[in-house]
Amino acid sequence: MVLIRDLTIQGVQMLLVVLLAPLFTGFVRKVKARLLRRQGPPVIQPYRDLIRLTRKDVVLAESASWLFRVVPYLVFAATWVAASLVPTFRTGLLFSWSADLIAIIALLGGARFFLALAGLDVGASFGGIGSSREMMIASLAEPAMIMIVFTLALIAGSTQLSSIAAFMSSSGVGLRVSLALALVALVMVAIAENGRIPIDNPATHLELTMVHEAMVLEYSGRHLALIELAASLKLILYASVIACLFAPWGIESSGASKPALFIGVAAYVGKLAIAGFLLALFETAVAKMRVFRVPEFLGAALMLGLLATLLLFVSRGL
Amino acid sequence: MTLAVILICAAFLLALAPFALVTRPVQVASRLIYGASLAVSVASLAASLAHLLAAAPAETIALPLGIPWLGAHFRLDALSGFFLIVVDLGAIGASLFALGHGLHETAPERVLPFYPAFLTGMTCVVLADDAFTFLLSWEFMSLTSWALVMAHHRVPENVRAGFIYLVMASFGTLCLLLGFGLLAGSDGHYTFAQMRAAHPSAAVGAMAMLLVLFGAGSKAGIVPLHVWLPLAHPAAPSHVSALMSGVMTKVAVYGFIRIVFELAGGPAWWWSIVVLTLAGVTTVMGVLYALMQHDLKRLLAYHTVENIGIVFIGLGLALAFKAYDMSFAAALAFTAALLHVLNHSLFKSLLFFGSGAVLAATGERDMEHLGGLIHRMPQTAFVFLVGCVAISALPPLNGFVSEWLTFQAILLSPQLPSWGLKLLVPAVGALLALSAALAAACFVKAYGVTFLGRPRTQAAKAAVEADSFSLAAMMLLAALCLVAGILPGLFIDAIAPASSALIGARMPAQSGLQWLSIIPIAASRSSYDGLLLFLFMIISGTLAASAIHRFASDRLRRAPAWDCGYPDPNPATQYSAMSFAQPIRRVFGSVVFQAREVAGMPPPGDTRPAWLKVELRDLIWDYLYAPLAATVGSAAERLNRLQFLTIRQFLTLVFGALVILLMVLAVWS
Repeated sequence: MVLIRDLTIQGVQMLLVVLLAPLFTGFVRKVKARLLRRQGPPVIQPYRDLIRLTRKDVVLAESASWLFRVVPYLVFAATWVAASLVPTFRTGLLFSWSADLIAIIALLGGARFFLALAGLDVGASFGGIGSSREMMIASLAEPAMIMIVFTLALIAGSTQLSSIAAFMSSSGVGLRVSLALALVALVMVAIAENGRIPIDNPATHLELTMVHEAMVLEYSGRHLALIELAASLKLILYASVIACLFAPWGIESSGASKPALFIGVAAYVGKLAIAGFLLALFETAVAKMRVFRVPEFLGAALMLGLLATLLLFVSRGL
Repeated sequence: MTLAVILICAAFLLALAPFALVTRPVQVASRLIYGASLAVSVASLAASLAHLLAAAPAETIALPLGIPWLGAHFRLDALSGFFLIVVDLGAIGASLFALGHGLHETAPERVLPFYPAFLTGMTCVVLADDAFTFLLSWEFMSLTSWALVMAHHRVPENVRAGFIYLVMASFGTLCLLLGFGLLAGSDGHYTFAQMRAAHPSAAVGAMAMLLVLFGAGSKAGIVPLHVWLPLAHPAAPSHVSALMSGVMTKVAVYGFIRIVFELAGGPAWWWSIVVLTLAGVTTVMGVLYALMQHDLKRLLAYHTVENIGIVFIGLGLALAFKAYDMSFAAALAFTAALLHVLNHSLFKSLLFFGSGAVLAATGERDMEHLGGLIHRMPQTAFVFLVGCVAISALPPLNGFVSEWLTFQAILLSPQLPSWGLKLLVPAVGALLALSAALAAACFVKAYGVTFLGRPRTQAAKAAVEADSFSLAAMMLLAALCLVAGILPGLFIDAIAPASSALIGARMPAQSGLQWLSIIPIAASRSSYDGLLLFLFMIISGTLAASAIHRFASDRLRRAPAWDCGYPDPNPATQYSAMSFAQPIRRVFGSVVFQAREVAGMPPPGDTRPAWLKVELRDLIWDYLYAPLAATVGSAAERLNRLQFLTIRQFLTLVFGALVILLMVLAVWS
């Protein structure tokens, strides 16, 4: 009985993230448009786009190989698995022990690895420019993320996301300098990883500034739909990670009363709305950087993460 | 009994060497040598597996060989058993690969005799139980591999590679010789059993540790002693490159572990600082060097440097924990290092085989002349991709597991009381994370430029799939990478006896855990389950694919690439290895390699093409080796005068030297 309930909750979580993801993206776009005093497309536009894309033919470049056709499914699968292991409305998910935060980051790294390969597969120069820049950004964002994980793991005594979230919602955390540094670094990494302004612009197809869009330039039809969905999933994943680590209120821990679950879901949706609004606000307020300013931005994130870890290492001995 | 079987296998391999010279034609000799090596390695693997799985006690044999009053001692315990498995797995893969690939060899008579002898050398190093046998086997291993590096001795760069290798190997052996001399003491305890019992003083132990770090480290490829490795490993035939990179570096790691963890006495806390600093630098430098390469085999060789750094990070952490009697954490770090030894030997051999298959199919090692091979060599491309994913430390394959364990060990280190370590370990953790991310970038480049895109030359366009022996060897290793990735518990448990023997503790048994997951410390702290992740990914990928093909369009049409409307049919317009690395070169290379880009634009009306030149400097070579070589050269020049003395002057010189030495002796005692 307990197993069935846990399985249901895990299943609900998997469906919830994949269903909410386009909505979240649409919400961010809408807020951004309103902030720019535009009407903007309706919030559900991403769903329409996805459905439209899945109905269209795939137009495959003549030089594309089998890898190019497999990658969308791989990327989607890896991102989805990662997203379904992040506690959204409830900690202690059935399979959350199968991967800790380091493994979740590595899963996303795997998705990026294959997407970058797909960018090189057709043999067109835009795919190459996208892949090469994406890997440069990742080479700084990933270590920064690992440093953030170190900080959290040292504070909570665990790398399991569920345990960290449970610890963060307990009263024993207090105010810590390391946590503040880690939060700033995590937001910077999340912006970079999702290709948002000021690192990359998800709305642009201006050749010289784009990274992610250049990498997937040759995709079309259902393949593109999957990649777009995976990108939305990744955005909601980072929003969920930040929410469950730094705003763990309302996450239901283990008791399975139905009202608590509803509160959990409602709190989650509320947190996503706030996160989406803040993201849109930030994106309208800053300008996009030149590509070679990005290392400075991410280097700062890496240094903040390292500083947070170092503080914990040093303070542990006192 | 098991030990005897393995020694007979090694002797048999040695006895094979002469047959390579007398058997004709060479195709038959090639089949004979590689087939027999394969069979013998399988037997040896079976014996060592049986020993390890039965958790049998250590076996020793003393043979009346070598120095008369000393003999040759051999010992098979948990540690040597584990490393024997690494050696034998590598040998099986290489022999199977060479059954097909060896036929492409242009100078088989220079490869065949040395190949089985090289295998014997590595086996004997791992089994040796006295300093003399160890050094003899070590030198034998170095010299046979040198001969294999020099197989194509008409290529000038191979001659240079061979020379540098020889110099560095002599330096390494010299360090080991001195290290053993210190450990043996004035009474000359040459067997390891006596050294174990002797408990050297702290100063002697420390000196020996540093000497072994340089001696074994130069063979393993620790920065700054790595210079020979990226020259020599690619110069050898590909299956030998795989053995040198995948296995011989591990034999060097074995030497380090055997001497430092067992013979040199209890570690002082600062040993780990030395090891961790070198290891962190090695990890990042290795991968940065690799990113700058466009020769596929050289890129792989530089990656070996990186992975050796990861292994030594684990070993350094184990030394730190051991010095403070945190034996449980030490066991975790030690297990992570040994698991990475096994994992790296698997995927590095696989990748070198892949590069060998590419070399055989196209005659090219330069990635800038390849491209599009996934269409012409689909199976090689697939297994090479598996190797790339594994070495980039991506789940669910094996490279991730050992890096994950290393991270877990790093997370235990705030408990270390030493301030130096408190500051160093987080930095090493950051370097490890950086190198993992850079490794992924490097293998996107290696795979993308070699196998994806459009063929850049006629040779790449005309490539054909590798032969079935080569494919079988690569598939075997790819399957092992997957197995070690999704069932790491089995391998961790296999390392446990070695960890108990050297650290005095072991990781908790993993094989009985639910869903075959691994839990290094406690379930609430961290756990990882490669099997479940693998299944989840397959299920969700299949679900997505079937849903889309069921409910949405499954039509597909081929058209020219879009490329923003301006597709260029010339394959030179693709991203190349150099252009792919440009952003990273700009971020890291401007400091590490003092990278400079010089562009030349002819004036309007001039029809010469514009050009871009990238200048990289190898600072380690320029500031360490070049001055050293210059000093040695000028000293030799000066001493050259000694050759033209008269007989009286010679006698005076000898007499003077004798007097000085006697005086030194008198002052000493």
